[in-house]
Amino acid sequence: MPDNLRSTPITMPDEGARELVVNMGPQHPSTHGVLRVKITLNGETLEAADPDIGYLHRCFEKISEGLTYPQVMPYTDRTDYVAAITDEWAYALAAERLLGVEVPERAEYIRVIMGEVQRLLSHLIWFGSFAMDMGAVTPFLYAWRERETGYDFMETVTGTRQLYNFLRIGGVRNDIDDDGWQALDRFLKAMDQALIEYDTLFTKNPIFEVRAKGIGPLSAEEAIAFGASGPVLRGSGVARDLRRDEPYSVYDRLDFAVPVGSSGDAYDRYLVRMLEMEQSLRIIRQAIKQIPPGDIQGKVPKAMKPTGEAYARVEAPKGEVACYLVGNGTVNPYRMHWRSPCFTHLQLLPHWAPGNLVADMVVLIGTIDIILGEVDR
Amino acid sequence: MFGIPEPWWSVVRAVVWALFIIIFLAVNAIVAVWLERKVSGKIQRRIGPQRVGRPIGWAQTIADVFKLLVKEDVRAEATDKWVFLLAPAIPFAAITLMFLVVPWGKNLIPLNLNIGLLFVVAVTSFEVLGLFMAGWGSNNKWALLGAMRTAAAMISYELPMVLAILAVGMTAGSLNMNDVVNAQSRVPFILIQPVAFLIYYIASLAEANRTPFDFTEAESELVAGANIEYSGLRWAFFFLAEYGSLVGTSAIAATLFLGGWRGPILPGPVWFLIKTYLLVYVAMWIRWTLPRVRIDQLLDFGWKFLLPLALADIAVTGLVLALL
Repeated sequence: MPDNLRSTPITMPDEGARELVVNMGPQHPSTHGVLRVKITLNGETLEAADPDIGYLHRCFEKISEGLTYPQVMPYTDRTDYVAAITDEWAYALAAERLLGVEVPERAEYIRVIMGEVQRLLSHLIWFGSFAMDMGAVTPFLYAWRERETGYDFMETVTGTRQLYNFLRIGGVRNDIDDDGWQALDRFLKAMDQALIEYDTLFTKNPIFEVRAKGIGPLSAEEAIAFGASGPVLRGSGVARDLRRDEPYSVYDRLDFAVPVGSSGDAYDRYLVRMLEMEQSLRIIRQAIKQIPPGDIQGKVPKAMKPTGEAYARVEAPKGEVACYLVGNGTVNPYRMHWRSPCFTHLQLLPHWAPGNLVADMVVLIGTIDIILGEVDR
Repeated sequence: MFGIPEPWWSVVRAVVWALFIIIFLAVNAIVAVWLERKVSGKIQRRIGPQRVGRPIGWAQTIADVFKLLVKEDVRAEATDKWVFLLAPAIPFAAITLMFLVVPWGKNLIPLNLNIGLLFVVAVTSFEVLGLFMAGWGSNNKWALLGAMRTAAAMISYELPMVLAILAVGMTAGSLNMNDVVNAQSRVPFILIQPVAFLIYYIASLAEANRTPFDFTEAESELVAGANIEYSGLRWAFFFLAEYGSLVGTSAIAATLFLGGWRGPILPGPVWFLIKTYLLVYVAMWIRWTLPRVRIDQLLDFGWKFLLPLALADIAVTGLVLALL
């Protein structure tokens, strides 16, 4: 073996040095994908954490510049791959604003239903993996069980289970048929039962409480300064929800609460997400009652060659997903930019890390609900 | 006995017991892993293994053993050779030694030591040495972290454990395992020493690396802990020791608190196994229900709660014994 390939023993940089630099990831069971965090340890205590991203970079924004407007839709699925509908929504909204397309009411309601089911599914997988990060394996499989009924609904309506390509500029691809409504009903009933079970199994577990309380504190001012959004922002006590404060689609006709936390630690963010699931169920039930008959696809121009720029943002499960589109009169977008909440939230890791233990690191990564497909795009 | 002259009889007896204990531990690992998979499946609303050895998957773990046996023995260049190679043997040896003083029935004890309880405490501490050697010898930062955790945790859970065992010794008036079992002929010690039982059981979960105290191998934090660099047969020895440790601490708990092999109708060894595996089942139940505590929280719990509680328990036991 050549000498330069030979692995060297652990050496301390100099006599008396106390720090140990360890790579957490990109292959690590708790970094939720290919995140690499360079952590500096003093014993078990973290002194610094330095996230290293880019392992999943796919040039999504650049690729979009070579596609026509409708062709971009499937690529948006791949950003936050456990909440594809809300990503599609951000792009569809931006494109509709750029093109001046009207969306029929029925399509808007279908979007709301699909979007809220997607939020539930995203929070479910977060709940399961957050519990697993703390060493509790069983909640993960419980979450998987409800997720299955939810994906059955998604599959019945869209034909696929995870990456849907369901929204269209000006509407949606399919209507929800009888099978779909029945599958949705099964999912809602399963969720009602499940939320109670999760509470008894995990929320009030004393070990979980001591693990999550006080970890990753974020004051309201800090949260705003860091550009946090979604449950991370609301966990710090800032009641901001785009569905209520900047209503898009038909959210202004639906009644729901915006749960907020108080101390802004990992436990508060956990509670906010759990309460959001209840609110999502409320929204879906109202939308089912209100949904009108009619078309699911609005009128769109034959050749989409817009000029100008448009910006649209939606409240995705992880935070605010936004899309900025510039058109220059050709069939391709001149520029498209994607704002992803996970990328913004990732900068909280170095802020939180010093003074915590290695075991807290996985809680910190879990509490921002990180999806690497969205961080790297 | 059986026409064999005395010095040779002792040798035959020792060999038979040693083989029995090693085979028991090997079979136990196979059965306990299968049981763990089935119990976790039941708790998590799944089925668990079922294909290999239909319909209950009884052959799955046997197949796993063969897989481990034929795997390549990998050792990284930069490891500390002898420390790395010897480490897997130590935890298994410690568990085997521990079973030397565990009574299986009336007069069915490999070695009737009059300091049996002390012997148990002494040899189980060696297990940690093996894990620490594995962590240090692997020359891997994650393994080193796991090893440091093990060493730090050892001190804080072994003390309350020893004190809980001491309370039993005081109640029985002897450190001999046979005497401890005989002292429970009317009432098992779990009724007389419930606090000591709880302390012992909590500490034994930590000893056997079980959730909620499984931070030495904490999959979601340290990936695999001290034995991260091991594969194949050497890894299998760690695994064997882990499940041996689980059944070992349960066997000690059954002997000290549940009356050991004593029980109506059924023969002694059957009662002993029933009680042991009942405690093993409880440990599995706990593992698949609870999250993991953080290492500093376990240290806090050990030093600030379990230790004072164990000391108070001993004081109360001594006071009651003096007054009686």
